[in-house]
Amino acid sequence: MKIHEYQGKQIFARYGVPIPKGYPAMTVSDAEAAAERLIKETGIPVVVVKAQIHAGGRGKGGGVKVAKGGAKDARALAEKILGMQLVTHQTGPGGQKVRRLYIEQGLEIERELYLGMVVDREKRRVAMMASTEGGVEIEKVAAETPEKILTVHIDPLLGLAGFQARQLAYGLDLQRHGKETVAGFVKLATTLATMFVKEDCSLCEINPLIVTKKGEVVALDAKINFDDNADFRHKEWPELRDADEEDPVELEAKAAGLSYVSLDGNIGCLVNGAGLAMSTMDIIKHCGGTPANFLDVGGSATEEAVTKAFKIILSSPKVKAIFVNIFGGIMKCDVIAAGVINASKQLGLKVPLVVRLEGTNVELGRKMLAESGLAIEGATTMKDGAQKVVAAASR
Amino acid sequence: MAILVNKETRVVVQGITGGAGSFHAKQCRAYGTKIVAGVTPGRGGEMWEEDVPVFNTVKMAVLETGADCSLIFVPPPGAAEAILEAVDAGVKLVVCITEGIPTMDMIKVRRYLEGKPTRLIGPNCPGIITPGEAKIGIMPGHVHKPGPIGVMSRSGTLTYEAVGQLTALGIGQSTCVGLGGDPVGGMDFIDLLTEFNNDDKTEGVIMIGEIGGNAEERAAAWIKANMKKPVVAFIAGSTAPPGKRMGHAGAIIAGGKGTAKEKIAALEAAGVKVAPTPADMGDTLKAAWKK
Repeated sequence: MKIHEYQGKQIFARYGVPIPKGYPAMTVSDAEAAAERLIKETGIPVVVVKAQIHAGGRGKGGGVKVAKGGAKDARALAEKILGMQLVTHQTGPGGQKVRRLYIEQGLEIERELYLGMVVDREKRRVAMMASTEGGVEIEKVAAETPEKILTVHIDPLLGLAGFQARQLAYGLDLQRHGKETVAGFVKLATTLATMFVKEDCSLCEINPLIVTKKGEVVALDAKINFDDNADFRHKEWPELRDADEEDPVELEAKAAGLSYVSLDGNIGCLVNGAGLAMSTMDIIKHCGGTPANFLDVGGSATEEAVTKAFKIILSSPKVKAIFVNIFGGIMKCDVIAAGVINASKQLGLKVPLVVRLEGTNVELGRKMLAESGLAIEGATTMKDGAQKVVAAASR
Repeated sequence: MAILVNKETRVVVQGITGGAGSFHAKQCRAYGTKIVAGVTPGRGGEMWEEDVPVFNTVKMAVLETGADCSLIFVPPPGAAEAILEAVDAGVKLVVCITEGIPTMDMIKVRRYLEGKPTRLIGPNCPGIITPGEAKIGIMPGHVHKPGPIGVMSRSGTLTYEAVGQLTALGIGQSTCVGLGGDPVGGMDFIDLLTEFNNDDKTEGVIMIGEIGGNAEERAAAWIKANMKKPVVAFIAGSTAPPGKRMGHAGAIIAGGKGTAKEKIAALEAAGVKVAPTPADMGDTLKAAWKK
């Protein structure tokens, strides 16, 4: 799960990670009021108007602007940014509509650095990475000049050790700004490591982390992703969710306990198991078709969940044919058949349907489908099914 | 022979009185697995299915019944803790089926496992089966057949698909293992390849990977340097879009890394035949094995 920069900074503030002063704004007048308040509170006439979308690269896309002419200037910039379709290297060509802003105090920047934390799957530890190359795409730095990224791995039983934080601090040559800057970084890094674990993050990036002209270390950005598996112990997460940033169909599927991802093609897929669902997409492509979605009904879906899943596929206008591919381990084939029949009766089946069933109660499932009166084309294997559905979609 | 489990393996089921735990423990027992104990805190002293004693702790279960393998069906909030308890009780193998354990919990589990002899399979996996001997997991037993091919996979149903294809070709399996779909888990491809390499009964291996992480790339390097038996592979997710979690928590292309293309290239460079589609896993193995 992703959250906005301003929400990430609220979490930073709670833990004591230094951030610039700022206020979120949902309207242009909110933005002007926030700017006025900031200028009064900080005595600094410069504020920054920042688009709040879940993708990175906002500055380059024109979603971050500096207002030097006071609150009126901030208002003018807010008018431009709010509602714009912001395109960055992470949004895809369609971009993402800006619905929220964050108004932040301007700071005099001495240096821009990078600080990030991720789960290193190979080491089975959380890794903290720092780089002198702040403010640019870190993926690019990693690909072109990997020696400029310093990494330490955190022992989960110890947390980030002081010496590890110092390794990064001296590696970033922070001593040239003075002892306080080194100390400030060490405190920030240690706090961030604690936050990462307590908040069940899967990713946390500060790009840029800045050193101000006064030598303070401040998080100018905050990108936080949470580990969805930990939602049972974070009752505050639903409030942080921004439904505008997510695909409504994916949210609907999630609420029904289904894994669903929208894709660009025209063949709807209903499969049990993530690996089989992914490879069903792959084999459709191999046979010359394009999948409209990834849909895993899970290992033990109920009839209701299968009905819901099939309804989601049937409701999509782009779907020209449907492939149901089931290898029932725990999943019983009769439950799948009942869900498919229910949904088709309620919404009507207007496109060709190819069904491949294998596993528990397969005979019963096939019999139910055969007696349902629905126009269903049976398939004996995964490849047979894929070929049939691709042919049906192109008819 | 076979790897990790056989008909002598004595299994304690953690969460045996829950719906999923009870259902699958019965299925395992019907397959021939020795289910010797159950654990549910607070339910110690009861009997499960009339003749299997339930204990409050894994330690008691191990002391009383000699269990050497634990099968876990505990829900996510308590699952990592359940693994720790099994490791502490000294079982040789822990198989954790539970889906949805927080990554941070698994990082602690991995740290706790360091230096200890216990092996962990999973979580978020179908388990392990040595056909004809023991089924310790949730896979459909009937699609399997005893034989010489090892199967290891990050996916559940895709493993059944591979096994189904092998069995249809008349090729049996030595042991089939689901490693699980989470970013941080127990045994990985290299751990299992090491076991299969040393197992007299295994003559070849099917490896089923998917997008996300670099376990397949590391396995490819290991195979090139060490593997004495033919390995064939399939990688799921060639058509998966970047940045999207494809069902499994670990199946995500992040920062442009972990694509199927990179994995397939690494495997092919190591001399591993990669099946062009999931429907060709059995045939690809047959061709490489009988050469």
